[in-house]
Amino acid sequence: MDKYKTDSKEQMQAGHSTPLPWEGQGEGAGDSTVLIEIKDLHASINGKEILKGINLTIREGEVHALMGQNGAGKSTLSNVLVGHPAYEVTKGSVTFNGKDLLAMSPEERAHEGIFLSFQHPVEIPGVSMVNFMRTAVNEQRKYKGLPALSASEFLKLMREKRAIVELDGKLANRSVNEGFSGGEKKRNEIFQMAMLEPTFAILDETDSGLDVDALRIVAEGFNKLRTPQTSAMVITHYQRLLDYLKPDIVHVLLNGRIVKTGGPDLAQEIESRGFDWIKKEVNE
Amino acid sequence: MNSEQQYIELFGQCEAMICKHSAEVLNAPRTKAFADFKQQGFPTRKVEDYKYTDVSKLFAPDYGLNLNRLDIPVNPYDAFRCDVPNMSTALYFVVNDSFYKGDKGQVDKQARNGTVCSPSTRQLVNSSAGNGVLMGSLKEMAEQYPELVAKYYGKLADTSKDAVVALNTMLAQDGVFLYVPRNVIVEKPIQLVNILRADVNFMVNRRVLIILEEGAQVRLLACDHTMDNVDFLSTQVVEVYVGERAVFDFYELEESHTSTVRFSHLYVKQEADSNVLLNGMTLTNGITRNTTQVTLAGEQAEINLCGMAIADKEQHVDNHTFIDHAVPNCRSNELYKYVLDERATGAFAGLVLVRPDAQHTSSQQTNRNLCATREARMYTQPQLEIYADDVKCSHGATVGQLDESALFYMRQRGISEKEARLLLMFAFVNEVIDTIRLDALRDRLHYLVEKRFRGEIGKCQGCTMCK
Repeated sequence: MDKYKTDSKEQMQAGHSTPLPWEGQGEGAGDSTVLIEIKDLHASINGKEILKGINLTIREGEVHALMGQNGAGKSTLSNVLVGHPAYEVTKGSVTFNGKDLLAMSPEERAHEGIFLSFQHPVEIPGVSMVNFMRTAVNEQRKYKGLPALSASEFLKLMREKRAIVELDGKLANRSVNEGFSGGEKKRNEIFQMAMLEPTFAILDETDSGLDVDALRIVAEGFNKLRTPQTSAMVITHYQRLLDYLKPDIVHVLLNGRIVKTGGPDLAQEIESRGFDWIKKEVNE
Repeated sequence: MNSEQQYIELFGQCEAMICKHSAEVLNAPRTKAFADFKQQGFPTRKVEDYKYTDVSKLFAPDYGLNLNRLDIPVNPYDAFRCDVPNMSTALYFVVNDSFYKGDKGQVDKQARNGTVCSPSTRQLVNSSAGNGVLMGSLKEMAEQYPELVAKYYGKLADTSKDAVVALNTMLAQDGVFLYVPRNVIVEKPIQLVNILRADVNFMVNRRVLIILEEGAQVRLLACDHTMDNVDFLSTQVVEVYVGERAVFDFYELEESHTSTVRFSHLYVKQEADSNVLLNGMTLTNGITRNTTQVTLAGEQAEINLCGMAIADKEQHVDNHTFIDHAVPNCRSNELYKYVLDERATGAFAGLVLVRPDAQHTSSQQTNRNLCATREARMYTQPQLEIYADDVKCSHGATVGQLDESALFYMRQRGISEKEARLLLMFAFVNEVIDTIRLDALRDRLHYLVEKRFRGEIGKCQGCTMCK
């Protein structure tokens, strides 16, 4: 297992004789374009440092899984990437499509193609799904210099995308997430992703609270939406979501750093052995 | 000089003139009202009911009055053109306190176009003529039907309990009268456009009397507008009698300007099995104090009392409500919502009284408020007094800010912060708008509220359905 071991400070620079897909993170490695590049990212909330130097590069079309125990910093990383105002970046940089991501407002990041499937989707009583999505889609179109969709064009689009996650039409007429079951909320997240067609999706424990059927619908829905350009960062505790999504690369986050990176079999190993052995490896 | 003094002197000097230009039924209670006014004086802010609105100060300036009933030139049809034909209403205008009869030719033309009802004010309202519905000038109705008007006029609005009501009773010369006879259902909603119009700082005392006999049904929308850039002080006393099984919907929409002071007192008495919806919405205003008192006097009566206020700058909105469960088996639902921005202040005091005999009362009172800035202030005081032991009552009040997690959720989807805030503010007040039982009015309110939040109602250009 030594070849998977990475030094937290100089991760992904291990010099193996045979390059493995998850090692192609350096200059010039691989043919596809770098989508997002995170360098030495430090972030804190309420003065408490959570991220302590994250280095991560994701290329077009790649799916990365991010695993780790509760409190390791997985959700913090996703929140920082989408610009949640509660988190403060104290050091490091993130470039997205060559642009300085950290300088952008949350809405600009969304327009640039970043989408977060929330771990806890927020209920917004009184704001209808239709109104919410129409505003979001049209603001994105405005950003791209496209004309707003007409009411009928928009409703047609909603119908098409709803089918992908088998979201009930009745839900689309209700207030955002209000009174939705846990499974419906997660389906609604993927539905929104379908509407907005991001290039980089972060799925933050999208599998939590889902029964087996709902998990399949959500995961298959996500797969239908993937294009060769779509990249994703999938945060999960469980193998079953990864069975559907088939990540290219798996990272283990521990105490605010990526301490181990490997292929899909790393996730399977964690499923059977837990995290303790990794902790021992890195002496934490 | 006390604020009261100028009104005492005014009445002393002008009583004969006031009476001359009014009707006997309206003149009858003036002497008692005057005595009650002198005895009470304006309430100070130490009086609990007026803690948040400084009455004395607001009545202190020198306003003009039109006691001689001179015609004030105005053509409301020019100012309030109907361009939202989705909802057809029977449309009436009240200029200051006078029922507008207007230029006959023009009004007839409008009537033919279907934008207003027959003009000559007496018997109209409904398509089926001869149903006995009366709608028109209170003064004229009081002259023509003195017994009918005298039976109800001034019986609910107690001049000994509120100086502003006493003042209105002293000075009011005209206003509106609506009478719906037994079992008559008025299909077409009635719209009453109140216009404040004057060339000098001006005081208006308007009086409204509404009578629904048993089984009658009517829906009324009243909207308040100011046409001129002078200071206005208006007092309004509305008395409503709702007979057994009668159904009454009353929507009041204020779209006045920032130098308007409005005092409104609305009294409603409900008999058995009646159903009333009151919805008072303040979209733009200066200083507003609305007092609403509902007495549930017959069993199985139901009141839905709602209101909302959207205020910014230095606007002030004070709603004071009292629901009296006097008999058993009645229901009351109360919902008030405020959105306060900039330096606006809001006050809500709501008392629900359940009397000892009023068993099986069901009552719910909710007041929710958003303060969008640190400077905005909301004072809320929900009150429940229960003297019966088998009742279902609840009340609650909250003051808060916009939900930050919802804001962020929307921004992550690409909705700008400004737009996200607007969506949340609409959502907040939509609960009140959605109580409206007229589809076209509800849609129109959604539109108006959106415009209001976007700051696009700078100037009053018309009202709900005639803009």
